[in-house]
Amino acid sequence: MRVSRGTRLTLRVVALGYLFVLLAVPIGVILWRTFEPGLSEFIASISTPAAKSALNLSLLIVAITVPVNVVFGVATALALVRGRFRGRGLLQAVVDLPFAVSPIVVGVSLIMLWGAGGWFGALDRAGFQVIFGIPGMVLATIFVTLPFVVREVEPVLHEIGQDQEQAASTLGANGWQTFWRITLPAVRWGLTYGVVLTVARALGEFGAVIMVSSGFPGVSQTLTLLVHSRYIDDHNTYGAYAAATLLMGIALVVLLLMTLLDRKRSDR
Amino acid sequence: MTPDTDQQRRGPYPETDAAPLPPRPDATAPDGIRPHGGDAALPDTPPDTLPTGRPAEPPRGTTRPRRHGKGLRRLRGPLGIGIVTLWLSVIVLLPLAALTVAAFDEGLAGFWEAVTAPAALASLWVTVLVSAVVALVNAVVGTLVAWVLVRDEFRGKRFVNAVIDLPFALPTIVASIVLLSLYGPNSPIGVELNATRWGLVVALLFVTLPFVVRSVQPVLIEADHEVEEAAASLGATTWTTFRRIVLPTLAPAILSGTGLAFARAIGEYGSVVLIGGNIPRETQVASQYIQQQIEIDRPLNAAAVSVALLAIAFVTLLLLRVVSSRSQRREERDA
Repeated sequence: MRVSRGTRLTLRVVALGYLFVLLAVPIGVILWRTFEPGLSEFIASISTPAAKSALNLSLLIVAITVPVNVVFGVATALALVRGRFRGRGLLQAVVDLPFAVSPIVVGVSLIMLWGAGGWFGALDRAGFQVIFGIPGMVLATIFVTLPFVVREVEPVLHEIGQDQEQAASTLGANGWQTFWRITLPAVRWGLTYGVVLTVARALGEFGAVIMVSSGFPGVSQTLTLLVHSRYIDDHNTYGAYAAATLLMGIALVVLLLMTLLDRKRSDR
Repeated sequence: MTPDTDQQRRGPYPETDAAPLPPRPDATAPDGIRPHGGDAALPDTPPDTLPTGRPAEPPRGTTRPRRHGKGLRRLRGPLGIGIVTLWLSVIVLLPLAALTVAAFDEGLAGFWEAVTAPAALASLWVTVLVSAVVALVNAVVGTLVAWVLVRDEFRGKRFVNAVIDLPFALPTIVASIVLLSLYGPNSPIGVELNATRWGLVVALLFVTLPFVVRSVQPVLIEADHEVEEAAASLGATTWTTFRRIVLPTLAPAILSGTGLAFARAIGEYGSVVLIGGNIPRETQVASQYIQQQIEIDRPLNAAAVSVALLAIAFVTLLLLRVVSSRSQRREERDA
């Protein structure tokens, strides 16, 4: 399609203008508002006890979610690609389900299952608190991040096929050796990409987590909940901006990693 | 972990990266590692049936690796599938089942009453209306942005291209705060969208930006320039070429991106919770209504509206799948 210079320029200006107004300006404003009172103010705001414990809790949730997702994600991807069994299509659909479910609905579902009046309410009554405790927040995070590792590893497994694995076992490698030496190295970039996406979503999840958290500052507040409660409950707008900027910094690192890994993946 | 100890027992193999099994002195030459003959031609069967392809006496055929192998095969076989199914059930299916059962706790009538309560219906209506507007804007502007990123050349294009993913990387609550800092109370540019439907639209446009762009971009890169040039040489105007040649090619991608954006928008919570204002019948979206019902301890209402919201999302995604498989079939027929 040959487009005249004028049209081309107009389209460019419209597209970039839209991105500028929607993305660049708001982010610029929040950065300016965060750093306007000075760097020390920002550091003070993100190193209050509540902020520190929020960061710790967020990291704890990530530290539990990521290994769990890696193990079960790779197992699920292997079952979906290598397995031939009835109900595989159904399993495929279940893996995609979390993408279609609103975070709030995830929270409500978990309450209906694990809450005091839910199906597994006996656990709660026996003193093992899932909802309004850390287990509930972890379950919510695992729910929303479940598809990432599976969906990143699955296509790679498809692509590499089974030739190398079969050759390895012909040469006498046992199952675990084949897995650790052949399968895992082959899927490593896809897996890493999936982990990066999982970390980003786990740190940033808000809707599902707020439903199942008691939200006490210093106890059960993640970073995202801290941003929310500072803005809504404490009317500490600056504190909310500062915490949001911290999260934004983490997101930028993630984005950078994604871009780098994406190039690596397509190099393969 | 087992494999490490295993490795130590089996011998000092160097830790190589992606290389296939390192050559062993007593094994086949490196070339033999990737057989092009018999073994490669094995049918695509699960590992359970793999031993048929093995030589009668595997090299280094001790019993140990076999035992381990069996264990893993079992893990990949029925046992593995069982574990995976159990896992997905506990994490995903059981909660959703509990939700559905809770929604119908007082029968179909109770469910219907909860969903059609004025405030619930209003919140669902606001959600669908705003999401539809957002999806439409995305369809147009997303396509435009994708076109500029693929067909135009300007400095900093790669940077802009990377920035598109920012809304996916940014936590939704941060998106909310970011937009509030510009369009909220004491806005530096004097535009206050706080607690208006336009505020909702802007917040949702922010978080759904990448969907259409990222689904149209690859199609546009692959698109055949020759057909467009042929159309132009036959005298078609730019607009006609776009309408008759480019748009039909892009339509499935635009549609799928738009559908995904819509599905995301109807469930969104974090990015609208601060800027929306949560005014019933005005800016309260379904997810906020659900959250409110849980807070005032009306689990039936919350569960019922959740199920309604899920149903809308599923129907959207189902329609998308039907349309995309139909267009794929048409493409195959034409080819």
